Amino acid sequence: MSKRSDARNLSTRHPSRVTRRGQRIGVFVCHCGHNIAGVVDVKRVAEELSRYPGVVYATDYEYMCSDPGQDLIKRAIREHRLSGVVVAACSPSMHETTFRRAAEEAGLNPYLVECANIREHCSWVHNPGLEATEKAVRITRTMVEKVKGNMPLEPVEVSHADKCLVVGGGIAGIQAALDVAEAGYEVILAERSPTIGGHMAQLSETFPTLDCSQCILTPKMVEVERHPNIRLLVNAEVEEISGFIGNYRVRIRKRPAYVDPDLCNLCGECEKVCPVRVPNEFDRGLLERGAIYIPFPQAVPSTYTLDEETCLGIKPLICGKCAEVCEPGAIDFDMSEEVIEEEVGAIILATGYDLYETKALPEYSPEDPDVIDPLQFERLLSATGPTRGEIRRPSDGKVPKTVVFIKCAGSRDPELHKPYCSAICCMYTAKHALLYKHAVPDGRAIVFYIDIRAPGKGYEEFIHRVMEEDRVLYIRGKVAKVFREGDKLIVWGVDTLSGQRVEVEADLVVLAMAVVPPEGVEELARTLRLSCLDENGFLKEAHPKLRPLETLAGGIFIAGAAQGPKDIPQAVTQGSGAAAKAISLLSAPVLTHSPEVAEVDEELCSGCRVCAPLCPYGAITVEEVAQVNELLCEGCGTCVAACPSGALSLRNLDDAQVERMVEAALAELEGAREAVEVKGG
Amino acid sequence: MASVNGFEPRIVAFLCRWCSYAGADLAGTSRLKYPPNIIPIRVPCSGRVDPQWVLEAFERGADGVFIGGCHPGDCHYVSGNYKTRRRVVLLKKLLPQLGIEPERLRLEWISATEGQRFAQVVTEFVRELKELGPIVAGGDALRVTRDGQVQIER
Repeated sequence: MSKRSDARNLSTRHPSRVTRRGQRIGVFVCHCGHNIAGVVDVKRVAEELSRYPGVVYATDYEYMCSDPGQDLIKRAIREHRLSGVVVAACSPSMHETTFRRAAEEAGLNPYLVECANIREHCSWVHNPGLEATEKAVRITRTMVEKVKGNMPLEPVEVSHADKCLVVGGGIAGIQAALDVAEAGYEVILAERSPTIGGHMAQLSETFPTLDCSQCILTPKMVEVERHPNIRLLVNAEVEEISGFIGNYRVRIRKRPAYVDPDLCNLCGECEKVCPVRVPNEFDRGLLERGAIYIPFPQAVPSTYTLDEETCLGIKPLICGKCAEVCEPGAIDFDMSEEVIEEEVGAIILATGYDLYETKALPEYSPEDPDVIDPLQFERLLSATGPTRGEIRRPSDGKVPKTVVFIKCAGSRDPELHKPYCSAICCMYTAKHALLYKHAVPDGRAIVFYIDIRAPGKGYEEFIHRVMEEDRVLYIRGKVAKVFREGDKLIVWGVDTLSGQRVEVEADLVVLAMAVVPPEGVEELARTLRLSCLDENGFLKEAHPKLRPLETLAGGIFIAGAAQGPKDIPQAVTQGSGAAAKAISLLSAPVLTHSPEVAEVDEELCSGCRVCAPLCPYGAITVEEVAQVNELLCEGCGTCVAACPSGALSLRNLDDAQVERMVEAALAELEGAREAVEVKGG
Repeated sequence: MASVNGFEPRIVAFLCRWCSYAGADLAGTSRLKYPPNIIPIRVPCSGRVDPQWVLEAFERGADGVFIGGCHPGDCHYVSGNYKTRRRVVLLKKLLPQLGIEPERLRLEWISATEGQRFAQVVTEFVRELKELGPIVAGGDALRVTRDGQVQIER
């Protein structure tokens, strides 16, 4: 034990400059059944290595990863007082942890154990014989040299804050916030608009079950407001995030609402007297609102809010009519911006999506009031919408008798627009067509599509129901042009199945616009100091298959359409998933971080500052000399390779180690050749 | 390397653990064959590869040095591979001055899914090095011309 702690003291600085004397390395060559032994002469490898400087014990065994194999290693560590272990077997990605754990049980520091990859990099890619055996010897020797230079290390332990920040109050963010709060952790939910609910609050009914969207969403919104562990901040934007996993410092800027939510009784008198009229965002401009308004009746927090941007003037006050009529005296023009600073352990980004603007498709006459986007159609369908759920077209309020739905509007068009599939349009268009047919039974619904993608539970059945029971006409083909002719919109398309040109006289056209990342997500990514956006501008996950909820920054997770187009069940699943990730982080007593990071020899450092700008994590600060924050450092070593004075080194992969590894990789192997030739003869 | 008469180049390969090393693992899992001339050394990031290592490898008898990193934009450490790319450009200018053909240093982007590509690239590199033969130039083969240009004489 004392030996270990000595070494630990030395290792806190410049392992490269510390010589570990009296090395006693053990080499364990695995047969992996026939996988290695069928190609490589494993006995010969062990024999060769037993003669290699620093190696005191070398043996081979059929399956090193098996319990008896691990016991063999443990026994040898004790019996031969091994100071390091090389297991020549499969890739370290397979069993490095297994062998390190076994060594630790035998009292050897796990960082003194390395795997020499003689399976994936040797026996599986070469033919049986001398060459493969020689290569296995060389690979194993390089790892012996590495272990000789390795220092015993302990994972870096760090305490963490126990709050979670959720950015975005759509359904994914709501679900994440509720789950984390339910687990007993404090949540700060920051939403930049005046209410939570996101796009789901705008929807009429949801596919494929036709649940009323608001009816299933609003209970969750209310739960957020009432939950003792959730601090809801609306009109709030994250301005800055600094720090590292478990210890993020966030600064949130909250715009004043100029209305006290506790006093506001929702009477609505203020909006009636407000002289301003601007398009209402919630109804996608189909209705107007005042400068003082409530986004929708069930908004949470349940209060009117004064929009500074559109108000005639607050500072100095120009109109003030709203305050005159406010009986409870809820309006306070003296409210000012708040800056909230918090320490959080985990962050969940649920920033959602926007729709690609219709004006990007001029061939479809987007300026025409009767050419609308899908969220506008949702508002027309909604009982709380501008037409109280009656489908009336925006231009003249007539009930449209022919509605054309154009799918993939801006999606799946790599040349001109977005290359990807927006994933939700097939299903909501089918729902739109169905709800339209239910509302206007004698009307015609025509859907232009490229393909129909319905991979969710009950989705394919829903599409068939729409086609067969509700007699919606599906035409496979793209629409070339939409233009007005008198009272009608003329839709020119082509039916690619029959090869015929199609012309439809429509009353209303709905463009299933591509799902795009929301405005401002780039700045957020920049705030996080991460190149964490994919080629389409969505937040990029750490691994597309195995780490879909994580970013590359530890402790920052993604949920919902922020990562790419998603429907409600997927967004909810991700919200819960990201919450589980955050909870497992917050519930850990301490966090551990790999100790294999960069460090500075302060005596050698000249303070030249070459290193600091190379670090993608901002882990290096330079005052007199460079300093590495070992919690921020991910151990890539890019700074080390750039240091002109050799002051930086990477723990357990320093220059001296690599030099000896290279030497071992290239050295002659007389012994091995003779031995195999004898065997062959 | 068993070939007695033929030249068998020795190659040291620095492979980043997230992409190229994993790509080499996949070549193994997929049982793709390539020549055994290459000895891999795992590094966290291609950005860890110190140009000095490359020179040392040549000095110690390597006929070729291979650096494998993640594709641009895919670096696990955000941008390490971009730094590698810059360093390799400079190294390739330096190597001829030491009498070493710049083609003996090879930088490749190989993702964890590109086992096939790893095997292909290594096979190709070994073939090219065989054509080049062993490194012949030594210090005395370098000549500095009057205008300060360094030339290599063969």
